[in-house]
Amino acid sequence: MIRSLHRWFGLVAAGLLIVIALSGTALSVFPAAEVFGTPAAQAISVAELAARVQAAEPSVEQIRRAPSGRITAYYFEGDQPASAIIDPATGQPAGSAGTSSLQRLLTNVHRSLLLDDTGRLVTAGGAAAMLLLSVSGLFVMARRAGSWRGILKPVRGKGNGRLHTIVSRLALPGLFLSALTALWMTAATFDILPEGAGAPPFPATVSGETHVPVASIAALQAIPLEELKSLNFPADGDATDVFTVKTERGQGYIDQGNGALLAWNDANWVDTVNDTAAMLHTGQGMAWLGLLLGLSALGVPVLGWTGVKVWLDSRRDRKRASIAAGEADTIILVGSEGGTTWGFAETLRGTLAEQGFAVHVAAMSAFAPERWTKAKRLLLLAATYGDGEAPTSAAGFLERFAGAPVRPDLSLAVLGFGERTFPAYCGFAAKIAREAEEKGWTVLTPFETVDRQSPQDFARWGRALAQALGQDFELNHQTVAPKLWTLTLVSRRDYGANVQATTAILRFALPVPSLWQRLTGKGLPRFEAGDLIGIVPEGSDLPRFYSLASGAKDGFLEICVRRQAGGLCSTRLTALEPGETVTAFIRPNPAFRPARGRQPIILIGAGTGIGPLAGFARANRAHQPMYLYFGTRHPASDALYAEELADWKDDGRLTSVFTAFSRTATPAYVQDILRRDASRLAKLIAAGGQVLVCGGRDMAAGVAAALADILAPQGMSLASLKAEGRYAEDIY
Amino acid sequence: MRLKSLFAMLAVTTALTIPAFAQAGQVTLSTNMRNYGGDGAYLAYYVTDAQGKYAGSLWMAGGKAKYYEHLSGWYRASGGDTGEISGISGASVGAGRSLKITVDLADTLFDAGYQLHIDSAVEDMRDSPNEIVIPLTSAGSGQTVKGTRYIADFSYTR
Repeated sequence: MIRSLHRWFGLVAAGLLIVIALSGTALSVFPAAEVFGTPAAQAISVAELAARVQAAEPSVEQIRRAPSGRITAYYFEGDQPASAIIDPATGQPAGSAGTSSLQRLLTNVHRSLLLDDTGRLVTAGGAAAMLLLSVSGLFVMARRAGSWRGILKPVRGKGNGRLHTIVSRLALPGLFLSALTALWMTAATFDILPEGAGAPPFPATVSGETHVPVASIAALQAIPLEELKSLNFPADGDATDVFTVKTERGQGYIDQGNGALLAWNDANWVDTVNDTAAMLHTGQGMAWLGLLLGLSALGVPVLGWTGVKVWLDSRRDRKRASIAAGEADTIILVGSEGGTTWGFAETLRGTLAEQGFAVHVAAMSAFAPERWTKAKRLLLLAATYGDGEAPTSAAGFLERFAGAPVRPDLSLAVLGFGERTFPAYCGFAAKIAREAEEKGWTVLTPFETVDRQSPQDFARWGRALAQALGQDFELNHQTVAPKLWTLTLVSRRDYGANVQATTAILRFALPVPSLWQRLTGKGLPRFEAGDLIGIVPEGSDLPRFYSLASGAKDGFLEICVRRQAGGLCSTRLTALEPGETVTAFIRPNPAFRPARGRQPIILIGAGTGIGPLAGFARANRAHQPMYLYFGTRHPASDALYAEELADWKDDGRLTSVFTAFSRTATPAYVQDILRRDASRLAKLIAAGGQVLVCGGRDMAAGVAAALADILAPQGMSLASLKAEGRYAEDIY
Repeated sequence: MRLKSLFAMLAVTTALTIPAFAQAGQVTLSTNMRNYGGDGAYLAYYVTDAQGKYAGSLWMAGGKAKYYEHLSGWYRASGGDTGEISGISGASVGAGRSLKITVDLADTLFDAGYQLHIDSAVEDMRDSPNEIVIPLTSAGSGQTVKGTRYIADFSYTR
């Protein structure tokens, strides 16, 4: 809601705001230039200045002081009206006064688009839009960052969206201030604010005398020059006229015969706010602020451009070349919460269309079997929301599906999308599959799941689908067409030769991004231990994922690889020599990360699963209590990270390290040392501890069973830990 | 209505056309502006009597009350009361442009010591109170007087 508000206001107002902002930027230079062209200020009274000016130019009518300190006098040279900037030290003219025609033109464009009052209202509308965009943009930023505090954290994302966020963060305070003061100034111009104090009533009687020496007027002696706004001299030959003086504090009249203060009105809060708003908006009197606002305004065209690009990109992404429901032989329905499942649906649609199928793609909420007159198969791709609930685009699906009669001419496939770390993994899709089975729908492919958008899981299901359809295709889904990087191996450490299980810790250098790449987020993304690296082996399009054993802050990228028999990628990686390269991309995995704080972290892993756990320990410079339970084959050949683990234990990054060796005289697996240490583990978990498990599927099952047994007496379960985000697995 | 046209004709009734005056006739006020190189000028037209006392306003060119204090002669005479000019104000007059207004003026105002004043002011430029001060006389009708700052010349015709 707030995002679409932001988008539409932005699109509608972009052109107008760019004109206002660029003219504002150009105008912001003038107050600074004015400061340079202004003679040095003097600590004198208004009386003193007036006397000096009058001595230099006896015909002086008015003296004005701008907020910048520039003093201008208006007088006559013979019959000709003249004006000049005055050096307050001498009272002598020190340069020509007046606004340049360029500045006047820019001012009129900026405040009214050269359209007078109509234009003023339009630009005020622009200011209101800017204000709305600032506020809604802040909300969008906070939502994206996950919290209000997150707004100040490093920007995630990439490309135009990232540039949009970076620039708006820098420009937002200035734009907000400019828009707010602009609205106040417009309100003042249109007289819809409370009234200022104004001038006192003109005195009914004056002394009738003239020519009091201006230097001797006590009221003017009492006003320091820096408070002056203007001083009008009485008109020549009019004995009823007076001196009119305006300052920051108010305005009043002074008798020209005896120098008495005849009337005075103090300025009120409206006057003060008016002056302040004008200063904060124009930078007159605060040239540095003006320049800052001008720089902020330069962000507006960038924001407009990147905003429109982001919008266009998202539109393009959403456009789905889908065949009409009544014409399609294959119906794909999507139940998606965040939108990623749509991407898989698009890959599926594209692949099937290439094979000659007529495919219709729609949201699950648009379940309408009566319209599918030519359909032969129904493919349901369903994510899950929360505890097994329907995701946004599948609202009401289950009820309608349960109520609809079985179509014997349609065969059905259900594919669930989810994350194993959540307790209700693919819960919604599973409900659909159960319902379909109970009602007796024809099964096209058995119920399958895709964990964490895994392209491998998706490809596996794709092979089953291809087989069921009697076709030969591969579903090659790339989540966001990742940018590939060439990484160079800098070092390798080898293990496992004695136990016929070649394992290596591979360390790659980080590519150095250019400034532009850094700014647009097109450099190698920031990563932390536990994130994934997708490596695309030669001879395959499908990337293989490995958990990272280092964070970007470590200055290198490290993974732990064991050679799998016949594994295309692992064979190549374990044979990689320093200097050789791989092609790879990074994928964040924020669910598998130690929670920050002082609560204990229990790291459990076996084999190459040590990788991310070692990365967590390495990054634990805050010395959060961390307990590592690690299972491997043999201390002589398989002690991955043995030196580091010892060091980290010494310097406090690891509280304790327990290792189980499975190929020694007294073999033990990691779940065995867990059970042996049950009482401590129970205490740690009861104290709010978080459990992170990394390794193979069998080990994870063993660990889960052991932990369940340890937790049961405490009245806790893995499910409840998962729900609290205190139990996370990274399993391969 | 915007009054940016080069030549604008207006017929107005002012406070000076009190019904007590039996005779009233149309008077046209013609003002030509100089190319003074600035934004639109605010112009205040008002009349004082033989004693120099304010008698009433004829026209105010310029719509934003917050700038009226810069028309300091008018502001002083009228006390800055915008009620004085309600219904008899229009847009400011640009540099190099002309303004022509027709007002109903009582005959008794002529040849009786009344004076017509025009104050002018331009944003960020000097104030110019009493730029034009001209007696209202039968003989003065059609005579052109020159301004000093923003007004090139002015004349009234009965």
